[in-house]
Amino acid sequence: MEMISFNPHDTCNAFITTQIQAPFKEGALSGVPIAIKDNICTAGIETTCGSAILKGYIPPYDAHVITLLKDAGAAIVGKTNMDEFGMGTTTESSAFGPTTNPHDPSRVPGGSSGGSAAAVASGMVPYALGTDTGGSIRCPASFCGITGLKPTYGRVSRFGLIAYANSLEQIGPMAQDVSGVSRIFSVIAGHDTHDATSVNHPYTHNPDPEKINGMRIGVPDEFFGDGVDPAVSTVVKEALDVFASKGAELIPFTMPSMRFSLAAYYVICTSEASSNLARFDGIRYGPAIDTKNRWHDAFSKYRHDYFGKEVRRRIMLGTFALSSGYYGRYYQKAQAAKRMVREDFARIFTDVDIIAGPTMPTVAYKLGEKNDPLQMYLSDILTVPANLAGVPALSVPCGHIEKMPVGLQIMGKPFDDETVIDAAYAYEQEVAKNGR
Amino acid sequence: MVSKKDVIHVGKLADVGVNESELEEFSVQFTKILDYFEILDELPEERTITGETFNILREDIITPSLNHEIALKNAGEEEEGFFKAPRVM
Repeated sequence: MEMISFNPHDTCNAFITTQIQAPFKEGALSGVPIAIKDNICTAGIETTCGSAILKGYIPPYDAHVITLLKDAGAAIVGKTNMDEFGMGTTTESSAFGPTTNPHDPSRVPGGSSGGSAAAVASGMVPYALGTDTGGSIRCPASFCGITGLKPTYGRVSRFGLIAYANSLEQIGPMAQDVSGVSRIFSVIAGHDTHDATSVNHPYTHNPDPEKINGMRIGVPDEFFGDGVDPAVSTVVKEALDVFASKGAELIPFTMPSMRFSLAAYYVICTSEASSNLARFDGIRYGPAIDTKNRWHDAFSKYRHDYFGKEVRRRIMLGTFALSSGYYGRYYQKAQAAKRMVREDFARIFTDVDIIAGPTMPTVAYKLGEKNDPLQMYLSDILTVPANLAGVPALSVPCGHIEKMPVGLQIMGKPFDDETVIDAAYAYEQEVAKNGR
Repeated sequence: MVSKKDVIHVGKLADVGVNESELEEFSVQFTKILDYFEILDELPEERTITGETFNILREDIITPSLNHEIALKNAGEEEEGFFKAPRVM
């Protein structure tokens, strides 16, 4: 087995763990360095989810995506920083300190896959894997000026992913450009018997910029409405004009379910978190629990001491939403709203090929700026619909506001990640040609 | 309105150990967040969940799994080849 050396000058705290010597095999990605978000299990390499509760955890097995990457010849060079358990939009809630934005160290890189985005944007690695529950690939891709894809739900195996909300989360590729995303996606997509939600739908596509000609692009009014910075709207509308100049047709529409999607998302994800995170009890992994104390006392103290505040907040919110007498009021209604989101997408996709708008309502915030939980949750408003509907969604850089990158979000029909990638590629090629 | 008493109750149900000093902060934040969730009350009434999921089953055939030694490697405490847990009673 051959080795590559990896010793990056990590000024933005993008990595939690690095492999100074990373082994690799022969294959299509021979010796290509790739960074992995720290909630994806890597055999023999510490995997923490950005949490003190998993400090020292060495997974005994590789996640399915890691097996696929290694088989293709990739070198796993490090584990990237993230909001604790993926719960955040800034990477500030990591137990290992915040990651900073490579474009401006006083700003956040976005989250929760902020370390992966910063590692790619600063040139430390060409590719990274992130995970996206409600925008956690697309938000940091947008804030750091790179490309990231949340694939269709089921297209990439979640075996070995330490997810916090299983029904929403997908692993996806992050890269400097669209062809990089396409290259890594072709390796990680496909069926895996270890994940019951995995679908047999491999990806073997080569991005085709000509497909944009004649494409019908839905433009939702709500993505340019209240809460979206008008400067962001302007930059994204210019990007849509690039599509039109290449022969695409822009079709405005409204999406009534947008009104409910954020609340539905937070009810569902916190409910799933409250059950999913019960496994962190200090018995099988993580720092040891006090076995001399009584169960509830020991368990409560352990989770108070090792979970960060946002994780405890979400576990409590989910516990409340699922508690006796409240289930019908929150969880059941959230599921109905999720259904409405899916129906909205299904209706729109009978008329259009893709949907396009901004990825995030603003550019990257200053560190410490989002200290109110609800204000932070509201910044996910444009990214959560794709997770609720399970559709593919990608963020590609489309310009700057005062030197900070803006992301164009493209969403597609379920299992038509190919068309999303074609559209993003067409945009990227056209902009590169015109030297924008 | 989420009272401090509610926070203590949920904290206990969730086993996340809420301190006295955190009660005010959590009750204010939860009140704001749950107020926002009330938007779901405006959903059209006829909307109910119908089954969208189905099970994926396989034959019950034993496949290789982690051996004892590896499974215990990350354990906080072990005793005679078992995970050691706090006493329940």
